[in-house]
Amino acid sequence: MTMELQQSLEYAAPEVRSRVRPFAAPDDVRSEPRFVRIGIIALATAFLSVFVVLPLVVVFAQAFSKGVSAYFAALSDPEALSAIRLTLLVAAISVSLNLVFGVIAAWAIAKFEFSGKTALVTLIDLPFSVSPVISGLVFVLLFGAQGYWGPWLQSHNIHVLFALPGIALATSFVTFPFVARALIPLMQEQGTQEEEAAISLGASGLQTFFRVTLPNIKWGVLYGVLLCNARAMGEFGAVSVVSGHVRGETNTMPLLVEILYNEYQFVSSFAIASLLAMLALITLIAKTMLERHIDEEELPHDD
Amino acid sequence: MTIEVKNLVKKFGTFAALDGVDLKIGNGELLALLGPSGSGKTTLLRIIAGLDWPDSGEVSFDGENALVRGAGERQVGFVFQHYALFRHMTVFENVAFGLRVQPRSIRKDDASIRARVKELLDLVQLDWLAGRYPSQLSGGQRQRIALARALAIAPRILLLDEPFGALDAKVRKELRQWLRSLHQEINVTSIFVTHDQEEALEVANRVVVMDKGRIEQIGTPGDVYDNPATAFVHGFIGESIVLPVNVSDGRVRLGDKALKIAADGASSGASKLFVRRHDMQVGPAGSGSLEGSVRQVRSFGPIQRAVVALCGGEIIEIDAPRDRELQAGEIVGLEPRRYRIFAA
Amino acid sequence: MKRRSTLPGFGLSLGLTLTWLSIIVLIPLAALFLKTFELSPDQFWNILTSRRTLNALKISFGLAFAAALVNLVMGTIIVWALVRYRFPGRRLFDAIVDIPFALPTAVAGVALTSLFAEKGWLGAPLAAIGIKVAFTPVGIFIAMVFIGIPFVVRTVQPVLIDLDPEIEEAAASLGANRWHTVSKVILPSLIPALLTGLALAFARAVGEYGSVIFIAGNLPNVSEIAPLLIVIRLSEFRYADATAIAVVMLVASFLIIFVVNRLQRWAQTRVPAH
Repeated sequence: MTMELQQSLEYAAPEVRSRVRPFAAPDDVRSEPRFVRIGIIALATAFLSVFVVLPLVVVFAQAFSKGVSAYFAALSDPEALSAIRLTLLVAAISVSLNLVFGVIAAWAIAKFEFSGKTALVTLIDLPFSVSPVISGLVFVLLFGAQGYWGPWLQSHNIHVLFALPGIALATSFVTFPFVARALIPLMQEQGTQEEEAAISLGASGLQTFFRVTLPNIKWGVLYGVLLCNARAMGEFGAVSVVSGHVRGETNTMPLLVEILYNEYQFVSSFAIASLLAMLALITLIAKTMLERHIDEEELPHDD
Repeated sequence: MTIEVKNLVKKFGTFAALDGVDLKIGNGELLALLGPSGSGKTTLLRIIAGLDWPDSGEVSFDGENALVRGAGERQVGFVFQHYALFRHMTVFENVAFGLRVQPRSIRKDDASIRARVKELLDLVQLDWLAGRYPSQLSGGQRQRIALARALAIAPRILLLDEPFGALDAKVRKELRQWLRSLHQEINVTSIFVTHDQEEALEVANRVVVMDKGRIEQIGTPGDVYDNPATAFVHGFIGESIVLPVNVSDGRVRLGDKALKIAADGASSGASKLFVRRHDMQVGPAGSGSLEGSVRQVRSFGPIQRAVVALCGGEIIEIDAPRDRELQAGEIVGLEPRRYRIFAA
Repeated sequence: MKRRSTLPGFGLSLGLTLTWLSIIVLIPLAALFLKTFELSPDQFWNILTSRRTLNALKISFGLAFAAALVNLVMGTIIVWALVRYRFPGRRLFDAIVDIPFALPTAVAGVALTSLFAEKGWLGAPLAAIGIKVAFTPVGIFIAMVFIGIPFVVRTVQPVLIDLDPEIEEAAASLGANRWHTVSKVILPSLIPALLTGLALAFARAVGEYGSVIFIAGNLPNVSEIAPLLIVIRLSEFRYADATAIAVVMLVASFLIIFVVNRLQRWAQTRVPAH
């Protein structure tokens, strides 16, 4: 339960599905009077519309406020292109690192019993509860000029902070739990019987993993990667602290949104923001579709 | 293949799942491990398969230490309770799996693998399901596919964990017969775990009754039913009337009443008298050493089942033939025909 | 006898997990605490009790708590509508709840600012009735409400869905009216989930940076949040100050994790298995 909950800390757990009974008949003992129902629905939809839908609409309205050509001009600006490239690169690095880690960690945690497991899971979840600014700060304390390893790095001319490695590290920190979190409950649900069957049929450890375990969790892996990627591309606070904001070099898309906004280049700023908003929307749609597949993966195959 | 298990101990925390188990299984046997849940029968099966490891003790196959080998090296076919079919593979690929993962040096070519899988699917009479996925099969079909998959690696031993546990009553009966005849056909040393006595007695050549991590009795189905070695076995297999008695000087007493039966060498002291329901002779009042009044009678088939209150207050259920209809309220005399006395 | 496990790779996978966890998470967090120990207790205390730091912490924690309370109330209403009623667009609204999770914080920040600025779609009508939102503490509060929306909804939703319908029917058959059933039977069984959602929304809002700084105005002592003060101290190379504030916030989030875990345990002991 803790795990399911912690997962919902960042994103809704896959098992949150909408199972809803048909519209309640007036005399249903399990429903409220008609005016109460309408009031609650109105309040809920109005609140979501004002606080969630409107901001999203504003992004696109502002991005296209000077027309379509201004929008595409803003996106093809060299600075914008460089930010997009850096964002994709950073996401690729941290997603692949956390993918490998997440699968390995989920294997250890879901398939074996050992003491201290709960503590380990709590530690893996830790980055979810740390403020993004602090997630960046810790790397400044390690690699900065006044940091623990800063002087040594400086004397060897290795750039971590205000460069790609620092941005990738901070991004890996904030996206650390995603893949492991998506896989642990799924793999625990599936148990170890199929793996035991494979082993007793003579399969090696790697054969068992690639032929039995991985095909069973493929949607879960994709789910974790999707959420991990969305956060990696969108991370602002942590990256802002470690990037140094070198224009055309260490600016990711969210950082460029900030810089352009502060320079009153609203169309350019919102054009970049609209790309990130689309990423979020695509992520949500893909996530909803994946949750269906994951439900199937979780289905026990006997009654 | 013979299997020998010596002084096997396995603890989970403080709970002893196996508490010193010794067992010899002969070549070609069909053996049932029978016991209530928590008796250690599944643990024993998993240790033989190499899916669990004992804390101490020995397991040998044909005199060779099996514990130095992993599950994949023992050539043991294991059928899991919930089948553990690979859900993303077709029936065909499930059965072929054990052949496809063999080391390249001994792996057969694809055509031979196909032929072998076909042969196995024919054996379990499900060749027409080859293209289906496990989720599209009924429970009984899954069970037979799981068996075909286990047989694919030409196992020296076949182990089945509660093979019929998840099936409904009718399918269960059919599969019992089928398993017996399949065993005759392939003649591989086989062990199955069950908590269902009827299943064990009907299918196995030999039954091992377990309780609390220990073996209570090993014997043919006839042995364990007719000559239970312990009070547990008597109570677990078949339905029994249990009466608290006292044995002294070779005489058996219920309360202050001496019974006509012999103590049969039971040691003196508080004991339990076990009688099968149908082994309690019913006659007119005064005809037996026990007396009671009939509370309820239900007749069905060849028997009538009567609830009888004994004079000492004990309530028992007996099965009597219908040659003389009993009446509620009637006083009857009772005499155990066959019985066993165990120390309490 | 050597204990063996059937499935391979336990030692290797656990070893790799611990190594990677240490490199990415544990060592960096340890650096924060080590750096704090370089401060004398006096220094530490002076930093934390300086007017600007205290105000920043007050603003972050105070407004985060207020926003979490709004999320608690609105989250309950939203989850009730989503789970119990059918209405056009229900599935869409259900999906929309996740947007504050998925939308990058910088995007949320500029969007909310533009929306609530004096000439914005909502800012203009509000300014007309004398309410200024952007560049005031109200703006911070609005941004915190936005990012906290999913927490209460997504923690309570599965619990409400799984709630045994029979307990409501039992209450009704015992003569309770609908209001009594809801307030005395349903809401009490949701309390652990509601409190968990509250704690999670609060934790997120306290540490939030991106969606808040654009709308906040960032006036020291008035609308400057603690995470921003950390960034400012860093840019001034006052690492000690930044570290001290960060440690306080980190310890606060550890406490919240602890509370949430307790709440979870409480929930488990309360809910009968069915």
